Amino acid sequence: MTPTPAFFISFYTLRDLFDNLIQSLGFGASFGWMAGLLAGISISFLIINVMVMSTAFYTWFERRMIGRFQVRRGPNRNGPFGILQPFADVLKLIMKEDTIPDAADKPVFTLAPIALLAPTLMIMIVIPFGTYASDQAFLSNLNIGILFIVGVTSVNSIAIFMAGWGSRNKYAILGSMRGAAMLISYEIPMALGITSVLLLSGSLAMTQIVQSQSIWFILVMPMGFFVFMAASTAEMSRTPFDQIEAESELGSGYNTEYSGIKFAVLFLAEFMAPIVTAAVVTTLFLGGSQGFDFLPGGIWFAIKMFVLIFLLLWVRSTWPRLRIDQIMGFAWKILFGLGLFNIFLVAVEFMVAVELGHTKDDGSLTTEYMLIMAAVNWMVTIIAFVILANFVGKKKYHRPEPTASPLANMGIGGD
Amino acid sequence: MSLTTESFAVQLAFWVLSFCTVISAIAVVQIQDLFRSALFLIVTFLGIAGLFVLLGAEFLAGVQLMVYVGAISVLIIFAILMTRDLEEGNPSHSFRIPVAIVAILFMLFSIYAITVGTNWDSRLISETLNQEQQTEAGKIFFADSIPNLANLLLTDFVLAFELVSVLLLAAAVGALALVRNR
Repeated sequence: MTPTPAFFISFYTLRDLFDNLIQSLGFGASFGWMAGLLAGISISFLIINVMVMSTAFYTWFERRMIGRFQVRRGPNRNGPFGILQPFADVLKLIMKEDTIPDAADKPVFTLAPIALLAPTLMIMIVIPFGTYASDQAFLSNLNIGILFIVGVTSVNSIAIFMAGWGSRNKYAILGSMRGAAMLISYEIPMALGITSVLLLSGSLAMTQIVQSQSIWFILVMPMGFFVFMAASTAEMSRTPFDQIEAESELGSGYNTEYSGIKFAVLFLAEFMAPIVTAAVVTTLFLGGSQGFDFLPGGIWFAIKMFVLIFLLLWVRSTWPRLRIDQIMGFAWKILFGLGLFNIFLVAVEFMVAVELGHTKDDGSLTTEYMLIMAAVNWMVTIIAFVILANFVGKKKYHRPEPTASPLANMGIGGD
Repeated sequence: MSLTTESFAVQLAFWVLSFCTVISAIAVVQIQDLFRSALFLIVTFLGIAGLFVLLGAEFLAGVQLMVYVGAISVLIIFAILMTRDLEEGNPSHSFRIPVAIVAILFMLFSIYAITVGTNWDSRLISETLNQEQQTEAGKIFFADSIPNLANLLLTDFVLAFELVSVLLLAAAVGALALVRNR
């Protein structure tokens, strides 16, 4: 791969830059810690602004696209193709009165949007965007990269609890309890999907995961990709799984009582999630910034992210909402089993590779063996899905037989 | 940047984290509102995860975040939401003080036993910093202790490791047996 200009400044580069600046301004070595602090603040500033802007445009894109899917136009009044719609929305939300219910637990109610947004933003610091080893991400050398992502994501359910409980609203609490039950259930298949990636990459660091993908992991283990994608769609609680804000049942779920800027932040966190998820899936399964030489790695990363975002959007606009028991059943009966089976499969194949000597010096698999694995795993996946579709999809829902009304005998009513 | 105790930033981080952890731990037991005290418990867990990072046990910090913040706190909050009469706080009973004393003594003894009984050389950490990583120390935030941890778990401590998984399985089966419809 040809060296391309580094798109993203890493924490370390920036820290050295500030260090030089501080030294040249005549402060002593005792101010060295300032460099790290300044670098951290600048990177936070960068991430927050880039993510907020891209989320704003993503909301426009999603509404336009869902409009197309549903054979209507979508927002098209503000600016060309309605592209200024997100700014109009944000202005409206900022100018709205920010109400807090009298009975609400005010500190909890106020902190909940922040607690929901912060983890989503924090994930971005470990995503390796670029191609240079040292400049791949803001903090991509973090050796627990993927564990950091799983840990930080799990804070979401607490934020949703805070929003529901702080509102002191029946529907908000119902929505957040459903949501939290769903989120903790789907964390398990998500972790299983990640585990199968870790088996092949041999490292938790995001840069290592990208480097170990001489064949993209979506080709090597399609089942793991499916499990991870389904689980993270549920983690985002988007439409097939949007039990926390089931409009037709719960008002608006956990955000019923929110308005003004607090609602804007909740909304932002919700729409930022697909972008972040697409970035994580690109890193784990689509080879990160790998690609052909005529475009820089960062561009390839963006293209793959865009394809995934479109896929998530497609799912959202196509499928209806599932019932909560169907959602939990899907997590525990299907995704959990598929995830375990996938780990078993990959582990067995890895052991066979070690026995047959198909490993490189650093313990990773050779490209040829990964191709064979890909062929085997695709066949197994297709067979498994066909069996599952026939086994689960054809199972009849046993509706209780309608019994004749006792009133029917008296000639008053019934059928 | 290696995380040495001499660094001012690390000192600052340690004191801020410890202060937050202790204050929120006190808040957990002193606040009447059960939900808020559960939230302060989460802050305590987060502070402890930060302290783990400062100790160079970043894997433990990640697991702390995932298990304690992500799972156990959520279960506690679930239990609180399912409970009636939240505003009354903890029920008082006459065994409170003796039980507290016994628990504190037990914990002090365990901490003492662990502190004295552990071999505190940094062999495991220094072994992982191999030559290549040391030359590139500016680029590596932590010594990679995860492979060593995995090796130890599956060799020296394999019995404990397997016992814990059997215990978890037994707990899961027990929970299912308790809630099953007969």
